[in-house]
Amino acid sequence: MEIDPFIFRLSIFILSIFVGYYVVWSVTPSLHTPLMSVTNAISSVIIVGAIIAALSGSDGVVFSSSSIYGFLAIILAAVNIFGGFLVTQRMLAMYKKKKKDK
Amino acid sequence: MSANLSAILYLVSGVLFILALRGLSSPETSRQGNLFGIIGMVIAVTVTFLSVGNFSSGFIYVLIFLAVGGSIGAFIAYRIPMTAMPELVAGFHSLVGLAAVFVAISAFINPAAFNLGTPGNIKLASLIEMAIGAAVGAITFSGSVIAFLKLQGIMSGAPITFKGQHILNALLLVLIIILTIYLCSTQSSNLFWILIAVSFLIGFLIIIPIGGADMPVVISMLNSYSGWAAAGIGFTLENTALIITGALVGSSGAILSYIMCKGMNRSFFNVILGGFGATDQTSGSQSKEQRPVKSGNADDAAFLMKNASSVIIVPGYGMAVAQAQHALREMVDTLKKNDIKVSYAIHPVAGRMPGHMNVLLAEANVPYDEVFELEEINNDFANADVAFVIGANDVTNPVAKTDPQSPIYGMPVLDVEKCKSVLFVKRSLSPGYAGIDNDLFYKENTLMLFADAKKMTEDITKNL
Repeated sequence: MEIDPFIFRLSIFILSIFVGYYVVWSVTPSLHTPLMSVTNAISSVIIVGAIIAALSGSDGVVFSSSSIYGFLAIILAAVNIFGGFLVTQRMLAMYKKKKKDK
Repeated sequence: MSANLSAILYLVSGVLFILALRGLSSPETSRQGNLFGIIGMVIAVTVTFLSVGNFSSGFIYVLIFLAVGGSIGAFIAYRIPMTAMPELVAGFHSLVGLAAVFVAISAFINPAAFNLGTPGNIKLASLIEMAIGAAVGAITFSGSVIAFLKLQGIMSGAPITFKGQHILNALLLVLIIILTIYLCSTQSSNLFWILIAVSFLIGFLIIIPIGGADMPVVISMLNSYSGWAAAGIGFTLENTALIITGALVGSSGAILSYIMCKGMNRSFFNVILGGFGATDQTSGSQSKEQRPVKSGNADDAAFLMKNASSVIIVPGYGMAVAQAQHALREMVDTLKKNDIKVSYAIHPVAGRMPGHMNVLLAEANVPYDEVFELEEINNDFANADVAFVIGANDVTNPVAKTDPQSPIYGMPVLDVEKCKSVLFVKRSLSPGYAGIDNDLFYKENTLMLFADAKKMTEDITKNL
């Protein structure tokens, strides 16, 4: 009997929850704000779905009722991706160690 | 591009996202981690373009929309002041939520584009996943918008409660489940729209009863929701990158909520049900108002600190409001020139989001190895000469250790009162968020400095 592909995706999902659990516990508390902004940025990988939706229009029709939602989602996700990664970068650049020569 | 190759590349980008989070285990590796995240995103987007393989005029529009959104995001990222980080993160969460809703709607209208069947005849499993993604996304969106408005001060931070609130929320949740079941049997688009509308309403209703200082929990919770929404959509699209990321973000937010709840010694449900302090305000606050308080000025504070050999600084949300972090660091620089040892003590729930204080101190060029968490530094207060409390309140209240009647009893607090002397910068004697008096104000060794945090810090520096 063949296994439903859904079960494979479910397995990935469950295992990822555990990976996430252990990885996030190892994050130092002083970086919890960058953690939130970077998780924000990576969850915008939902843009993958937005792109598929936006390009779903039939030949010659770029803006159909369904692709419009895709385009809107692209804008939202893009704000998040660029904003999220850049603001994380900006924050992380500020974390410095004590200067010894002072 | 073959389906197998793109599936493997999506997996690669999922792994890169795991490494991005892993990098945050220390500031040194964090920047590299962020780079991994960016690479993962670039791979995911490129693979999507290649596997759709449609480079007609629609593709140009996609690039244009991408550029528009990207420049807005970049602009915000460069302009946002660090003190506004909680608002920014709440705002970004709302965008993820809404994007999830839009993708779900698009998949519902045109399932063929996603290989999910035809309109009115969508595969059952996909329909359930779609409904979950849309519902959680909508809750994330409206909840985050309320959190944003509260943090921004556009909406009052006070909890908004009304009779029957919890019953209404419970009923609406049941309604969502019923709607999903009906949606699966009828495939009616009207039900799908109603489902989304009800979810928006729930997100709104869940967040309005939660007060300002509980925002760290709320933001973490919404962070978690945005992850689950992404995972739901990931199942619909059969996309591993989305499933992995959704699970990562979902558990990350859940852990942060847990840490924040533990920092306040409150259960998750207690926070979510809202209205902290609104019920327990009466316990004997009248008699306490008469107690004598020692107050001083910048001169007294400078004198005390100059004669200290070690000073511990306890920052809180008030420091963020007054934007006092730079003035604070200048004061500390002066102290250090006088060979005084200075460290910073951060309570887990100081500020309006996890790690809020750390970012502000980092912005003011405070080295991160001078900044300590509650457990690391709490024993040092007994050996320190001066504790400088700036903008914190409830997290220093000794009542949490002594009075079982107090609403904050059992909450881990910084042992500030063990210091030889305590300098408490505050505008007035008003109670903090928990609505209770701080015993620390009336201690023998406490000197209250009634002023704006920034101005007081600057004045002390002048007097040093």
